[in-house]
Amino acid sequence: MKPIFNYVERSSPVHALTGATKLCCLLLWSFAAMTTYDTRLLAVLAAAGVAVFAASKLRISDISFLLGFVTVFMLLNNLLVFVFSPEHGVGLYGTRHVLFSLGGRWVVTKEQLFYHLNLVLKYLAMLPVVMIFICTTQPSEFAASLNRIGVKYTVAYSVALALRYIPDIQQEYHEISQAQQARGIEMSKKESLFRRLKAASAILIPLILSSVDRIETISNAMELRGFGKHKRRSWYMARPFRPADFVAMGLCALLLAAAIFLNIHNGTRFWNPFI
Amino acid sequence: MKKRSPIVTVVAIGIGAALFFVLGRFVAIPSPVPNTNIALQYGLLAFMATLFGPLAGMLIALIGHALIDFSYGWGIWWSWVIASGVFGLIFGLMAKGIGINRGLNEGKFNGGDILRFNLSQLLAHLIAWGLVAPGLDVVIYAEPANKVFAQCLVGGISNIVTTAIIGTLLCIAYAATKPKKGSLKEEQ
Repeated sequence: MKPIFNYVERSSPVHALTGATKLCCLLLWSFAAMTTYDTRLLAVLAAAGVAVFAASKLRISDISFLLGFVTVFMLLNNLLVFVFSPEHGVGLYGTRHVLFSLGGRWVVTKEQLFYHLNLVLKYLAMLPVVMIFICTTQPSEFAASLNRIGVKYTVAYSVALALRYIPDIQQEYHEISQAQQARGIEMSKKESLFRRLKAASAILIPLILSSVDRIETISNAMELRGFGKHKRRSWYMARPFRPADFVAMGLCALLLAAAIFLNIHNGTRFWNPFI
Repeated sequence: MKKRSPIVTVVAIGIGAALFFVLGRFVAIPSPVPNTNIALQYGLLAFMATLFGPLAGMLIALIGHALIDFSYGWGIWWSWVIASGVFGLIFGLMAKGIGINRGLNEGKFNGGDILRFNLSQLLAHLIAWGLVAPGLDVVIYAEPANKVFAQCLVGGISNIVTTAIIGTLLCIAYAATKPKKGSLKEEQ
């Protein structure tokens, strides 16, 4: 089985940043990409993301299977937007330049195409940084980072537990599923929807009930080791901040500030080239 | 019932989120609509929220859903992650208020409980996918309202159906594994 969050061990300036820095940067970056619809800033974010991706010494082959998902999701989302609301861009930008008609209410306008360009740019602005974060942060350092940026350590520990047990549960699901299939359970497209749901329950019930038992075992083990006794805890994977960390966080904060400034300066979240 | 240690909640959130992730990411049942899978994880979520309370429900949904989004590589689609969390929280609160929390641990999950479980999940899903998710999609992502309402309608209905089937079956199966209250009598 392929690991889901595939950490790629290489030595690069991005790998050297602490997990907390990368998490902080990812949040600032995603808020910047989320708040703005200014095409210029989105283009800067996308280009900067690609540059950081190159600096982190990752290769396209490291992330190729993820790229497939994102592309399908992005195309589908754009298609749905156009099918449901071909005049959305006209409503947003206030002008209407008709290019050609696809019949019925589906008229292609410059405004609509520009809106779709912004949607695609939003994905491109996020994609590189998410990939960088996944590939350059060790999962065990991730939980320590959450605690570092102010999440309560019990919650950070829950996340650590989730990451730790995903492969185990995946494996167990696989085993139960094969055992049940050997007994004649069918989950493929040949069966009706209702019977597929029932078949899924035959796998899920043993999986989930055994996981509930596991919760008891793990929490007993943690209790015996005195988990939760103190208000704070230390982390094996935590690293101290270095100057490069502050520079990285500062730059990302600037991007968010730029996004907020542009929203106020433009008066709306959209940059309008049509007027 | 003896008071539960807070550590159990921490572990339940972790394991619950891992289960939520595995179900949402790998156990997808292809639906008749192309490129849309039926989400089984909300049945699990309702079951866990019933057993471990609203806080666990909310955090299982937030962590699990965020991890799913992350693993696909498009970052976190905040509006739907928050809607999932709202479902876990609201359902957990209602399930707690009507007391199946206690009964379930003593092996009791009868017709009345089934009805209350399903009314709560129906209401919580309606709030999450009828108000929170489409509302935030329009506010945060400036997407066309009719498109997000159509998406949420399809998602919401399929979630209600899977929660009704899988959640209810899970509660019944779990109750059957617990010794009934008063099932042992002192010999005369």
